[in-house]
Amino acid sequence: MSEKPKLAVWKFSSCDGCQLSLLDCEDELLAITGVITVANFVEASREVLPGPYDVSLVEGSVTTPHEKELIQEIRKESAILISIGACATAGGIQALKNFADVKDYVSAVYAHPEYIKTLATATAISEHVKVDYELRGCPINKEQLLEVVIALLQKRRPNIPLYSVCIECKRRGTSCVMVKGTPCMGPVTQAGCNALCPAHNRGCYGCFGPMEMPNGRSLGNWMIDKKMAEPKDLVRMFRTFNADAPAFKEAGNSYEK
Amino acid sequence: MKDAMPAVCIDRADFDSVIKALAGDGYNVVGPVLREGAIIYDEISGVSDLPEGWGDEQEAGTYRTVKRNDKALFGHNSGQQAWKKFLYPSRERLWSAQGDNAEFKIEPNAETPPKYAFVGVHACDLRAIEIQDIVFMNPETADPRYGKRREGAFIVAVNCAQSAKTCFCAAMGTGPRAESGFDLSLTEIIEANAHYFVATVGSARGETLMQKIKSRPATDADLQAAATRTENAQKQQVRSLDREGVKELLFSSYSDAHWDKIAERCLSCANCTMVCPTCFCSKTEDTTDLSGNHADRWRLWDSCFTVDFSYIHGGSIRKQVASRYRQWMTHKLASWIDQFGTSGCVGCGRCITWCPVGIDITEEAKVFREEKMDPRLRGDDEVVKGTKQ
Repeated sequence: MSEKPKLAVWKFSSCDGCQLSLLDCEDELLAITGVITVANFVEASREVLPGPYDVSLVEGSVTTPHEKELIQEIRKESAILISIGACATAGGIQALKNFADVKDYVSAVYAHPEYIKTLATATAISEHVKVDYELRGCPINKEQLLEVVIALLQKRRPNIPLYSVCIECKRRGTSCVMVKGTPCMGPVTQAGCNALCPAHNRGCYGCFGPMEMPNGRSLGNWMIDKKMAEPKDLVRMFRTFNADAPAFKEAGNSYEK
Repeated sequence: MKDAMPAVCIDRADFDSVIKALAGDGYNVVGPVLREGAIIYDEISGVSDLPEGWGDEQEAGTYRTVKRNDKALFGHNSGQQAWKKFLYPSRERLWSAQGDNAEFKIEPNAETPPKYAFVGVHACDLRAIEIQDIVFMNPETADPRYGKRREGAFIVAVNCAQSAKTCFCAAMGTGPRAESGFDLSLTEIIEANAHYFVATVGSARGETLMQKIKSRPATDADLQAAATRTENAQKQQVRSLDREGVKELLFSSYSDAHWDKIAERCLSCANCTMVCPTCFCSKTEDTTDLSGNHADRWRLWDSCFTVDFSYIHGGSIRKQVASRYRQWMTHKLASWIDQFGTSGCVGCGRCITWCPVGIDITEEAKVFREEKMDPRLRGDDEVVKGTKQ
């Protein structure tokens, strides 16, 4: 038996992009495997070791009856459970179905809807089991992933900010795209991406979900007032990667006439 | 030293030599540049890097660069961030620790701070630097790395010839003309057949520099032209803040219902504090590598608008956005005076321009003032007595 902590990576309804962030830690991967046993990570290795696991990274939302049961099993096998990415923390893009009738979706998409077993909603992992940590983003930021892994190994609190993207944006000296006329979700979105989109002269898409105390109505009303967006645009802006996150859901609904 | 050397004029054609001479003296020369639709401060190597012919239009929550109808090099107002980002970087390593299972050793950050020359420092920002000096260079809470950068910095002030709609330096008594604290100050004069700078030396360093620059003595007409420019800038200011009794006004507005009104609009995004040239709050973060044998302690810009900022044992003490805006505005305009002997506001207007929803500190101050003058407008009855958390 190895004394190294055992890490498992699990996939639910998702695109695999967040798991890839782990493989994207190219420079650090050898060092990681030096201190951690990757016990279950089918995207990287066919070797699967049995549980229990010290840390489980869970990607994806709970969208099928099977996933609803599986997450209970994973929770029982995991000392620490970290949900990673917008799907796992807020339901992801597929949570748009929560705003529609899933039967209509299924019959519109599939030739044989009778084969499809799906829940009426796509929901965050935390709606089903206790989650110890959440990493936001679509996809997650690999530096944040490394920070959490290192902090857990060394038994310290990870440095994961809950404040707005604006703080990271100003720290790196990017001039504000919103004030220059481009609608930006940065002021209501949680930091962690190092203000990636504004740094490339784009408005933030809000993929890290709501910041600690988002004021979506104030931001939205200002955009309408300044003719930067119409209510229908705001519905779409709040309903993207984190449509089902409570604060974004409330803001998006409020602009739906 | 000040006023020892009479004012001189530097022709536009010779201005490049000022930047080149500073670079030749080993300075990292920083000045205004046009980038991504904004005029920001960054390293420059010559006059061709300056935003010639560009100005800006600003309003609450709005900034646009505009082409001027002249070829002014300094025809712009305050940009998003002042010189704070150089003197007090947003992220800085304080120390590192290296160790093994037996012992560990702490090593201070030994990197030599860069030696800067700032070209184009407006009067408001010069005052902001002096305010941060009080914060970081007083013996009790000295930040030695700030001190080194500051003492090494060469300051070329530029007196404003225009104001943005968000400027209110005249009301705060900080500008638009820089009276002291510079090595060299310039006023840019553009006339039908002439483009030159009226230059005043403010230090021995400035005098030494000027010996390398081609110039001619300034005439009374030149000095008058320079004075007219800054007078015009002052006349253009449409915003103001009544400093008279503002400390008592805000202290007595502690339980005012208007804080809640502001909080309905405030995003608590922290932009006002990030762009403020005097806001100095920071946090420290420790990072460790995978081996566990190396740690770094970092200082990062922080803001009183975050929940974590007021986290003490048991939780955050400023849970509501209203209490955070109140903390920021009251500190900036009132308790700063008790703490540092000066207002924390220099009237640069950045917090107004760069607030994503255009919250205007001058307008909010007026509301409190008007409420005090008309008791019927006060909403104290609606406020729960005691602390607003």
